Amino acid sequence: MIEEKPKTLPPEVIVALQAITGHERTLTSPEDLIAYSYDATWIESPPQVVILPKSAAEISEVLKLANRYKIPVAPRGAGSGLSGGSVPQQGGIALALTLMDRILEIDTENSVAVVEPGVITFALQKAVEKVGLFYPPDPSSLKQSAIGGNIAENAGGARCLKYGVTSDYVRALEVVLPTGEIIHTGGKMVKIATGYNLRHLFVGAEGTLGIVSRITLKLIPLPKYKRTALATFPSVESASVAVTQIMESGLLPASIELMDNLTIRCVEEFKPAGLPLDAGALLLFAMDSNYEQILLSETEAVAQICRECGATSVRVAADDSENDKLWEARRAVSPALARRRPNKLGEDISVPRSALPELVRGIAEIAERFSLPIPVFGHAGDGNLHPNMLCDRRNPQEMERVHAAAAEIFRLAVRLGGTLSGEHGIGLLKKEFMMEALGAEQVELMRRIKTTFDPNGILNGGKLFPTGESSW
Amino acid sequence: MTDNTFDQKIIDNCVRCGLCLATCPTYVVKGVETSSPRGRISILNAVNKGNLNLMDEGVVSQIYECLDCRACEAVCPSGVQYGKLVENAREQIEEKRALHYSMRVRLIRAIALRGLFFRRWLFVAFAFTMLLYQRSGLQWLARKSGILKLLRLAAMEEMLPHIDFPFVRPGQKGWQAQGKEKHKVALFAGCIMSTAFSGIDSATGRVLAKNGATVEVPKEQWCCGALHIHSGDTSGAQDLARRNIAAFEQSDTEYIIINAAGCGAALKEYDHLLHDDPEWSERAITFSRKVRDVSEYLAETGFTPPTANLDLEVTYQEPCHLAHAQRITSQPRRLLKAIPGLRLKEMEDSSLCCGSAGVYNLLNPTIANELVDRKLNNALATGAEALCTANPGCHIQLEAGLKRKKKSMKVRHIVQILDEAYRKEESQ
Repeated sequence: MIEEKPKTLPPEVIVALQAITGHERTLTSPEDLIAYSYDATWIESPPQVVILPKSAAEISEVLKLANRYKIPVAPRGAGSGLSGGSVPQQGGIALALTLMDRILEIDTENSVAVVEPGVITFALQKAVEKVGLFYPPDPSSLKQSAIGGNIAENAGGARCLKYGVTSDYVRALEVVLPTGEIIHTGGKMVKIATGYNLRHLFVGAEGTLGIVSRITLKLIPLPKYKRTALATFPSVESASVAVTQIMESGLLPASIELMDNLTIRCVEEFKPAGLPLDAGALLLFAMDSNYEQILLSETEAVAQICRECGATSVRVAADDSENDKLWEARRAVSPALARRRPNKLGEDISVPRSALPELVRGIAEIAERFSLPIPVFGHAGDGNLHPNMLCDRRNPQEMERVHAAAAEIFRLAVRLGGTLSGEHGIGLLKKEFMMEALGAEQVELMRRIKTTFDPNGILNGGKLFPTGESSW
Repeated sequence: MTDNTFDQKIIDNCVRCGLCLATCPTYVVKGVETSSPRGRISILNAVNKGNLNLMDEGVVSQIYECLDCRACEAVCPSGVQYGKLVENAREQIEEKRALHYSMRVRLIRAIALRGLFFRRWLFVAFAFTMLLYQRSGLQWLARKSGILKLLRLAAMEEMLPHIDFPFVRPGQKGWQAQGKEKHKVALFAGCIMSTAFSGIDSATGRVLAKNGATVEVPKEQWCCGALHIHSGDTSGAQDLARRNIAAFEQSDTEYIIINAAGCGAALKEYDHLLHDDPEWSERAITFSRKVRDVSEYLAETGFTPPTANLDLEVTYQEPCHLAHAQRITSQPRRLLKAIPGLRLKEMEDSSLCCGSAGVYNLLNPTIANELVDRKLNNALATGAEALCTANPGCHIQLEAGLKRKKKSMKVRHIVQILDEAYRKEESQ
């Protein structure tokens, strides 16, 4: 962690920046620099100046200036990321896109929304739902995260099982390239077979290839009916069998969420909801449909398969308010874990669904070997799990064990045919494992792409690629 | 206590998830992280680490830019006690600042915190003077003549609410339960509520009596001290808390009922305010446990809906200290919806602060005006005739804003609407 005090940039750079965004949107006070030094990880590194642009033209001017003076630039949405992707690791300019938060258009004829990167995901969802449309990606941070950040990290969420991740909804992008040119890639149409699919290259690029300044997102019809079911199982294995059988039977829940025994116990301790403390696993199903009868019979089919697979209890919500009650246990996970120990390191590995039991077994073994509590929860339907290492950062020996255990978990996921990150991105936290995850050839190709876009390496440096030193 | 300026444990509870951002009025208005709860916590963390000084201009201005509305606390998954941090910061800033306050600021603070809101007779005399000012034609003259603008008092004068009369007096005769008596309760009459808004206090007494409570108004009680807490005058607040606890011990009722959200939040935190005082800490806990907001009490103990039809469209704006500090959101709505004929039309962002926040509108007028504008535009968009709230600060702010906009929408306290319905029922 970098804890040095912010240095200042040459005065003429500040003057030039003020000429672009004005004094009010050029922040240099020590308080401002501290407030832009972090995201939702524990990594901190202050910028030397914070710029709040309001247009692609302003972003372009800032990037041209940064190239001229070789100043690092770190783009930032709401700062709710979980991989350090927006932390200004190299100082320089924090480019905060929060003031570009307009929903420019909801085009019902073409079922798309055109938005600026600072729009909060939840605000967009509320706005499109008013006209009967649906933007499904639902990262847990949807009430605070910005669409721009969702694109940078290719955010997912619980509903991705049925509806896919952020990249599945990106139709077109306006991007300011690191050297200042503004490009438009994609369009409102469904089909595009004209040249490289550049728009998807920017999704998940973590702000290393360009700054997205306008986004056209696909929308779909909003399902009319929803039902939730909750089932407890004696073991993760039996729960996992239920998941694969449900999927094989032709049912497609919007989401299937898993909590393991330790997570259940943490939640019960925090907010007793009558969950069985001896349950090996809990599955939470979200079902939706445009037809109530179909919804009810499909939900019942899911419940039946759970019972056949050895579920110790199955509860199906009778109405919307009960839907909400069943989700309470899942919503309580984060706060429950946060209160158990001073800190937690949340991982985000993703494996093929069939490898789930082996993954959970392996994590339990790692937890025991390093004597760390590691509750596991996440999106069982799509194989994306969040093992959380509960720890105390003030204890250096414990933190060494956390480092080692994290590395083992990454390797386990890769060995099972999975990957480092499903929806949080690599950022600073996982960059040292990129070689193991992707191999030298792929990482090298990515580096060449990066250099092509950003010859001076000004944009979001120190992220994504291994640098040989850990950032945490 | 640690060596740190601020409780590091509270600071470390923040995992920086950012969920608080969208609920924070100053962040919503400015869109700058520094003006957010997460930003302010990181600033106080930097003070603890010695990277910033508490008295740095930027630190002080952030601590006072916060409305202390505590919307962030209500959504925080980690349970960060942000309000305690900010109030503690203000206390420490005031202690240091007091040394070099200008005479004018000292005088204003002395008059307000240690005069008006400390001594009942002074406040009553002041309220009575304002009553005479309004009813004698002097107000008309002052406004027409332009003297207010000349004295730079126009903005403040505009906020002056319509003063009710007669005032409610601690120790006065209370209200006898109608029908079978369910509880004996004590009314916390308040300073502004017992004078300028005494109509609301009386309505509270009548509504409670109608619902089977015998209401006393214990003597010797006075201002709750919330204003002192928010302005960093902790010892003033503690003095008032002790006085009120002693006053309510005299009438040993099951509940203490309050109708002002800001005061209710403060009363429920007397236990925190006095937890270091061995003689008072236990008594403060007993006191705080008895405190209920009037809508909370009615919803909790069972309430008899009025039978008369009240043909009225109402929208409800949530006082921060009711919705966020006390987490009371469903009860007021339940009461309103129970009135036959009344139609509750929900507004957008009903729980985003209206910008009143004690004397905030005088200190940060730009943000306060933007917030009240948002609130009123959302309220007016519902087309409702009445804007219902439950706190005098909001009441004054909203009424003044509506007057500026020249709108006919009326601001009403929940109990005023209930009282109207019951009275109609009785007259039928």
